[in-house]
Parts: sequence; C-alpha cells; structure tokens
Amino acid sequence: MSTGERQIDIIVERFDPARDEQVRRERYTVPYDHDTSLLDGLNYIKDHIDGSLTFRWSCRMAICGSCGKMVDGEPRLSCKTFLRDFAPGPVHVEALHHFPVIKDLVVDQAGFLDKLHDARLWLLRDEERPLSDGPHPQTPQQRARIESTSACINCLLCYAACPQYGLDTDFAGPGLLALVERYNADSRDQGKAERMPLINAEEGVWSCTLVGNCSAVCPKGVDPAAAINRNKLESTKDYFLRFLKLGLGGRE
Amino acid sequence: MSRADGLVESLRFDVVIVGGGGAGLSAAIAVAEQHPDLSIALLSKVVPMRSHTVAAEGGAAGVVTDADDLDLHFRDTVVGGEWLCDQDAVDHFVARCTEEMVRLEHWGCPWSRRADGGTAVRNFGGMSTARTWYAADKTGFHILHTLFQTSLKFNGIQRFDEYFVLDLLVDDGRCCGAVAIDIASGSFRAFHAGAVVMATGGAGRVFRQNTNAGILTGDGLGMALRHGVALRDMEFVQFHPTTLPGSGVLITEGCRGEGGYLTNRDGHRYLQDYDLGPVVSEPTPKTMELGPRDRLSQAFWHEQQAGRTVDTPTGPAVNLELMHLGRRKLAERLPFISELSRTFVGVDPAEAPIPVCPSVHYTMGGIATDRSTATALAGLYACGECASVGIHGANRLGSNSLAELLVFGRDAGVGAAAFALDHRSKGASAALDAQAGDSAAQALDRLNRPGGGERLATLRDRMTQAMQDGVGIYRSAEAMAATCETLEALARSLDDIRLDDRGRAFNTEWLSAIEFGFTLDVARCIAYAALNRRESRGSHQRLDEYNKRDDENFLCHSLATLEPGAAPRIEYAGVNVTRLPPGERRYGGHKERSDGDRAGGEKTI
Repeated sequence: MSTGERQIDIIVERFDPARDEQVRRERYTVPYDHDTSLLDGLNYIKDHIDGSLTFRWSCRMAICGSCGKMVDGEPRLSCKTFLRDFAPGPVHVEALHHFPVIKDLVVDQAGFLDKLHDARLWLLRDEERPLSDGPHPQTPQQRARIESTSACINCLLCYAACPQYGLDTDFAGPGLLALVERYNADSRDQGKAERMPLINAEEGVWSCTLVGNCSAVCPKGVDPAAAINRNKLESTKDYFLRFLKLGLGGRE
Repeated sequence: MSRADGLVESLRFDVVIVGGGGAGLSAAIAVAEQHPDLSIALLSKVVPMRSHTVAAEGGAAGVVTDADDLDLHFRDTVVGGEWLCDQDAVDHFVARCTEEMVRLEHWGCPWSRRADGGTAVRNFGGMSTARTWYAADKTGFHILHTLFQTSLKFNGIQRFDEYFVLDLLVDDGRCCGAVAIDIASGSFRAFHAGAVVMATGGAGRVFRQNTNAGILTGDGLGMALRHGVALRDMEFVQFHPTTLPGSGVLITEGCRGEGGYLTNRDGHRYLQDYDLGPVVSEPTPKTMELGPRDRLSQAFWHEQQAGRTVDTPTGPAVNLELMHLGRRKLAERLPFISELSRTFVGVDPAEAPIPVCPSVHYTMGGIATDRSTATALAGLYACGECASVGIHGANRLGSNSLAELLVFGRDAGVGAAAFALDHRSKGASAALDAQAGDSAAQALDRLNRPGGGERLATLRDRMTQAMQDGVGIYRSAEAMAATCETLEALARSLDDIRLDDRGRAFNTEWLSAIEFGFTLDVARCIAYAALNRRESRGSHQRLDEYNKRDDENFLCHSLATLEPGAAPRIEYAGVNVTRLPPGERRYGGHKERSDGDRAGGEKTI
C-alpha cells in the first residue's frame, strides 16, 4: 500500500480471553491512500501502533477467504474493502457475527468446518472410472451449471449475514448448501441421493427463510439463495417420490 | 510444571504432514488411499483451503494433445531451467503429470472444457505447445478445494488446523515427528511419527514486493536448515513479470497465453527488442509474450532503466493489453483477472490496459530431496514449493509448479508411508520429550523476554528492502555483499524484538516473531548463494564481470547449510544431465530445433 497524507479512524471491537469479560472498543488513526484496503489499515495498526491486535488474513487478493470481518455492520472481506469508501470515517470493525469470538477479530469457524464431512463434498460415482479411461466428458454447458456454486471460497460472510444461522447454528447454512448443490448439479456426480438426508433434515434447506442476505454479501457471486431454492425443489421431489413409493407399498 | 507453563502433550501417528496446501493434501490423500490403516496428522498453520495454492491462476502442465509429447515437455523444462535441472527428475515428472490431472478430474476438479466435452489446454510461457490444463483463471483455487474436499472422505486423515509447527523431532539421525503450537490456545503438542512430510510452501515474503500470501515465510525451509538439511539452488528466485505494482497481486501468465500484449509507455511491444520476436498477433509458443518469465522480467528491468515504463502511484509499470480479446473471452477465460483488475487498480481490462510489473513469485530452490522426495535426514520428505526435487533449475516454467505439487506430493506420501511402515513410531521417549520441551521453552522465552529492541515490522521491512535491493532481477557483488551484511546485523538483533502481545491464545505477533527467525535464515541462504554464484544463468543475472553463463565452473547446484553463529556455508553438487547436453537457450524467431522446438502451427522467421 502507499501511505498517503489522508487519515481515517478505525474503531475495533476487541476481546482478549485472558483479560476481558466483554468486548472493548479501541480507536486507531491510520494513513490511507486511493488503494489502501481495510486489511492494509489493520496491518498498519499491528505493525506500527499495537502488535496485539489480532485478525486472520493471508492472500490479500480475495481468494483464500481468511479475512472476513463486520465492517460498519456488514460482512466483508477486509482485503477487498477500501478505506477511501468510508471517508471521512470512522470505520467500525468487529468479528464476523454468529460465530464465537476467540480473540479480537478471530472467530471459531467450527460451526462451518465441522459440518463439511457429513455433506459429502466430493464426487460420488456408482463405479469409479479407471485413470486409463481419461477424464469424464463434460460439455462447457454442463460445467457452466456449477460455475457459480464452485466459486465458494468458504469465507463465511454468508453465515454472518444469515438471520437463520444467527438463530440456530445447527442450520447447515448458505455456504454449505451451495457446496452441496455444486456437487449435486455436477454432470459427473451420481451421489445426490446420499446428500438428500442433509438437505431434507430440519437443519437443511427448509430452515432457510429466504431472506437472501447471503447472496447480497457474497464476494464471489455464488448466490447461495438460488442454490438453496434449487435444493428445496429437489427436496420436494425427493419427498413426493418417497411418498409415492410408500403409497405403492414399496419400502424406502 | 503445569501445562500452561509449556508442558508438551504427546500424540502418536504413522505419518505427520506439515502444511495443508496442494502438496500436503496430495501427500495425505496418497497415504490414506494406499494405506487406510495408517494414521495421518495433517498440520497446517491455516485451515487448508486458505493455503496459497489457492492463488495460483493460470494452470498445470500435462502432455495431452496429439501435437505434444513427453520429450517436448522434458526439453522445454530443461531448456527453460537453463540446464540446471536434474534430467532424471524431469523425465520422471513429465511422465506423471497428465495422470495427476486426470486423477483430479475424477475427484471433481472443474477443468475448463472444449466444446466436445474434453478438457481444454492453453499456451504458457516457454512451452512449445498448448499443454496447460486450466480451470478458467482460478486453477489453483479449484485444485486446492478439490483436494481439500476429497481429503474429507478419508477417516485416516486427522486435521490439526491452525497448528504452527515450531521444530522437527530428530532422534539418532532420524526425523520422528514435529512440535507444534495449537494457535487458538497457545499450548504445545508433540506429534510423534514414523515419517514426516514437509509441505510448507515457499518463502516469497523475504522480498518487499511479492505475489505471495502473508503465510509464505519459509518456515519449513528454516526448520530443515536447523537440522543440517541443505537448501539447494536458493539463489534462483522467480520474478513473475506481470503483477500489480505495489501490492504484487498476481496477474496470470494465462493472460498472455490467451493472447495479451505487453507494451511500454510508447505503446511499443518491447519484447521484440529482447530476442523474443518476431512480433506476432496470435499467441505463438516461446515467442514474444510467451517467452519465459526470467527473460520477460529482465526485459522489464531494461525498459525501466531506459525510462520507457509508465509511472503509476505505486511504481513503474508496463501495460498488459487484453482489450482486443473482447469482453466475452475475458469473462470466460479470465474472470478472476477481470475482478482483480477492477478491484485493485480500478481498470476494466476490456477497456484499458492493466499496469503490471515484475514481483517475486516463486522459490525455485528449496529443501534438497532426491527424485523420490526423500531428504538427507532419514524419515523426512519434502514436496511442493518448499522442496527442491531438481526440476526447475535456474528458471521454472509457468504451470510446472501446480503439476509438481500433485506429482511429488503423491510421491512424498507414498515414500513417507513406506518409511513409516518400516519404522513405526514408538511415541514419546526421554530424548524426544527433552527436545520437545526445549522447543517449547525457547518459544515461551521468545514470548516472555523483555525485548527492549525494535518492533518486528521494522526489522522485517529492513530485511525485505535489503533483499529487494541486493538480490533482485539484476545483481552485483557489491549490492549482494551489502545485503548479506544487513542480514547478518538483523540476525544479531533478533533476540531483542519488542512484542506488545504477551498472551498465549491466538498470539499472531508471537508466531510472526518465530516465523521471522525462519525467514531471515532463508534470506541469508538466498543472498549468500547468489553472491557465491559467479556467473549468470536463468533468473540469476549479474551486472558485474560474471554476466555470462559459465558451464565450466557453475553447471552445478548450490547447497546452503547453516551453523549457529556463522554465515551460511555454500557448497556445490553436480547436476544430473542424462540426455540433453547444455546448449544455447533461445526463444522467439531464434529458437532452434535442438532446443526442443517443433514447427507445428508456429510462425517463425
């Protein structure tokens, strides 16, 4: 970043488990220029003012998904948020909502990570294709169906924006349901049936109340709300198919 | 001593993998697939999908078209590396790449497709023909997420996310585990294992302007050094020619593979003036913008010296023109570049050129391994960017590194598993407990020491600036010696770093101070290896009397080792030349058939 003449205040909600009963608010003044990101501003504080300010970051180019924060109440990637857009300030920064805070701006991500395994986020095939057979065929049109959902960087901004996840952290959540849809919609996958229990469950798609905040805050254009809607359709079809089978005397 | 005072809890696994990026995940999956009964600990200082594999854009090499063959990929790689590649390793590598691309496809990687449903390939710098598999311009992202999600299905892989590895455990000349800090709590754990795989990525953060994530501090290289394992070819640092000035954000070579032009302030496609012409309007292998990265970065340096670059608020740049590709192609092939350009420099590449300049991108040297990824320390394997398996030589070709982490990540997993089966971990012992206790005590001392000296950031800035000044695109004895001197002074002030944060839980300042110790050791190896290589080859170019390649004295690998309290020691070892003897390295219209070129569809003069 270039350090210009302009200055802006950043107010950070801080919490140190070793000394704080509740969050405390600290205010820092940082220099900024046309291209100074909020992440640059936080790093300026850490490097030059207070080395104890704690936050996650890594790639600084909006692809690793580490640096989500609440910025003036909205979940955002701090590397893709620019201080110039908040002039004259102050900018108010806090940890992502709906996750327990470990320290300062660092949250415990277990609410998302622990759900990944059961979602079966890998290609499921009835029979594995030998390597010698080469790649599965997939047309550009078929690939286009997973273009948006496969772009999820797991940054958790959609979880912080989702009122339903705020009420019940057992809810699978928008990001995870978008990833489920990413595999279900993949022309090479045959595992939809294995993923239906998660989708049909109380914590699955039916918990979603269609607020749509998830899609509004997604920094990668994933549109989890649309993915969840497609899953609801699948879940409905699945329900009626099972109902039909039972009605005909079949077994589940 | 209570646990809060630094007591180390012990855990036992068959294989411990340090690093959860593409290489570490490949290794973990290889072990789990082949040996479902082995227990695997995957330790990473970030959650795996945050690893920097995620930021690779352009693609991964693997011979697949009728116009291509393994020999051509071999020749491109050896010539691209200016004959400093171990040719047996390159042969092994090129033969395995395509299989790994297919394996990833079977795991769900969304490779970009041709209209007929086959996987697509694009042109890349220094490659004779299109052989770079890609997933739009987010190839590393898709590879990493495919590997991460696939790894979830193996119960044998136990993840330890946000564990910071401090040191290796070594007993009787054998690596038998690692000591780590659980970042969230700040408590210590010893991971005992039959074998350890190091997969911690590169060290681009030793330079001021780089494309690397903040986590690429060379930890694995520093740890190996401390146990006497040599770092090979560290003087070869890759500058990527097209990155955003100031931030160093990567703008993929895929832009040029798709037909982008580089022009100077006069709108002139200046690469024609650096033996890369003739000027061609369509992407043409090994010509103009599809020359290798070292040559393109060097051409930029000359343009800058001649005053023909464009001034931007964050430094000199040239123009990367993509306008002629059209909005539709940009959306299909380069959507991430379009997003990065709009976000970070406010440029819509469909309408205006992107300002770009070279930044440090890739650590071409690394922990010395043999062709099977084994290091000189029994039980320790290394793969991916932290390793030097010998395929990159003096200049890596773009799209060989994503292929590398798949091929050699798998090999490292297989090798480590075999070793672990022969040398089952016995778990904790008095000697290992003492070592783990020492590592923990040192880390705690780092945290609790009064440290009346300077701030970490001040020292880090001094190091990165010294590296930028002394071991950049062009180097001289005088500047390199000055850099070495600065680095030695920094090494002496390391103990006095002033920390603000004295807590144990999620103390990133403390961890950064430990990282800086590793980074500085790696920086010293780079600078001394560069100073000692008295020739010019690939990415190591000197302005002084050693401005020519010298096969007689320097067709050899450098090996850097470090003893406490002394400057790095630089020794040399032979390069394995099996079938392509050193010759002239030429690109553009001057390229010769003997350098692995084929005429198919290319325009040459």
